[in-house]
Amino acid sequence: MRDVRSILIFGVLLAVAASVLQSGVLLTFLMMSLYAVLLSQSWNILGGYGGQLSFGHALFFGVGAYTQAIAQLSWGWNPWLALPVAIAFGAFAGLVVGALAFRGGLKGSYFALVTLAFAEVARILAVSVSFTGGGVGLMVPLHASAANLQFGSRRGYVYLLLSFVVAALLVTAWLRHSRFGAYLQAVRDNESAARAIGVDPVRVKLGAIALSAAFMGAAGACYVQMFQYIDAGIAFGPSISIEALVGVIVGGVGTLWGPVLGAALLYVLGESTRNLFGELPGISMVIYGVVLVVIVMFLPRGLTGAGMSVRRMMGRPAKPNRTSERKEEARV
Amino acid sequence: MSDALLQARGLSITFGGLKAVQDVSLDVMPNTLTALVGPNGAGKTTLFALLSGFLRPGAGRVQYLGRDITGMAPHQSARLGLTRTFQIVQPFGAQTVRENIAVGAHLHQPGRRAALAAAEEVAARVNLHDNLDKPAADLTVSGRKRLELARALATKPRLLLLDEVLAGLNPSEIDEMIPVIRGLVDSGVTVLMIEHVMRAVMSLAEHVWVLAQGRLIAGGTPREVTSDPSVIEAYLGHGTAQRLAREGERR
Repeated sequence: MRDVRSILIFGVLLAVAASVLQSGVLLTFLMMSLYAVLLSQSWNILGGYGGQLSFGHALFFGVGAYTQAIAQLSWGWNPWLALPVAIAFGAFAGLVVGALAFRGGLKGSYFALVTLAFAEVARILAVSVSFTGGGVGLMVPLHASAANLQFGSRRGYVYLLLSFVVAALLVTAWLRHSRFGAYLQAVRDNESAARAIGVDPVRVKLGAIALSAAFMGAAGACYVQMFQYIDAGIAFGPSISIEALVGVIVGGVGTLWGPVLGAALLYVLGESTRNLFGELPGISMVIYGVVLVVIVMFLPRGLTGAGMSVRRMMGRPAKPNRTSERKEEARV
Repeated sequence: MSDALLQARGLSITFGGLKAVQDVSLDVMPNTLTALVGPNGAGKTTLFALLSGFLRPGAGRVQYLGRDITGMAPHQSARLGLTRTFQIVQPFGAQTVRENIAVGAHLHQPGRRAALAAAEEVAARVNLHDNLDKPAADLTVSGRKRLELARALATKPRLLLLDEVLAGLNPSEIDEMIPVIRGLVDSGVTVLMIEHVMRAVMSLAEHVWVLAQGRLIAGGTPREVTSDPSVIEAYLGHGTAQRLAREGERR
């Protein structure tokens, strides 16, 4: 399959790049880009292919992160063992939110607001209860060794994140060529029509939110391993939720490579403005914001959507961009 | 009439103060084409929603294949072979025609390849095979109506509820579509269709139910129904039947 081949090439190329790169700056750059890509790929599973726009994906990130930290600190688990549990707890949090929201029939902005509220409730709870370390947060002691899932150099984390990104890409490719994916996109495009021909929308959406939340949980666990620290603001605050969805919107909603492109590009943009205008605090965020506004105004289908239009203008056949067609449909 | 494929008994639903459907009982016999007609706002689409599980009736029961399916979720009744289409066409606009139909085919075909192949066969049955790779959003009205039909057919239904598949088509498109629908019935699909195009109703339906202001007012063969005074009055207003009869005598 073409998608799978390009994903494997992408994975191998980056793995090779990570093994030859010596510069710590470049490795950090690669690591943080992959981290941003993982957030966006997770969000894209539910938001892009399922059309359920979540503003609270930080909830699943935070559940994964706290599980990873607490398993090591309180239960004395090896982090390798904690990792799958963190992922499972993330997925479970997704199922809980999904069961409440989708069974209640929440859609569109109502779903977005409810997810935001869930994440905020989790943030406040995490500050007030003791097993999360309250307002102080949790510190995982530094014992750099591969057996401890902590690495002396950034390279190890690059491999860790890369494997999750490749897994998320493969899941996305599966969505594009499977019954579950076809059902998910059918529910996104027209829920009533999907129901009439035998699709159970609640079940399909629950599957999507669990998958999406599982990868978000993995990202949270990776965060704890990378920085050995988590607190309520990082784990459940809105910035993670926004980072996850902005990369997808810039790159192209409901596409395979859009979130990779968008998230990586935004990371580059954020870093370069911070380096260029570091002495003027806040100005980097202003530039970042302006660029975002420009992209959303002039490339409403994201970067991949724009690429598609260019190819079409050049007269070359292009596979229709799924979400863009949907928007055109809405305009009709 | 106990061997009916679909039986409705005393179906009623009220929206606020509006009695949209009141005490409707009807039967659909297997391997027939039954039409449901009535003036605008009579409650035909609402009745469809009750039969297919999109709405839960306030009172009454629906039996299908001898089984009580009142209030059963649409995706479950689709699994039993009861599928509906929509008057306002509802394509999955972002996907191609082939992918749209495959969603229906997936009901009995878990494999992607098998479903896409099945989609091609179904497309041929409704003359959509030239548009398989077009995005559904690019289809004409007639194409969308066919797609709506094809997607439902791909689920291999036993009973198909068609909500105005001919509305919005021009006369020659209607002429093309009538044999397609005839072909469905011949292949063993039972059809209950809402239709305003009387030419189609007269030539296709074996039995016609007439709904007006939420109530069934007549049922019978197309000829019986169109000469029924209460049906004429429902369409043309109170006293019309008498006036027409008087004018007929004078001539």
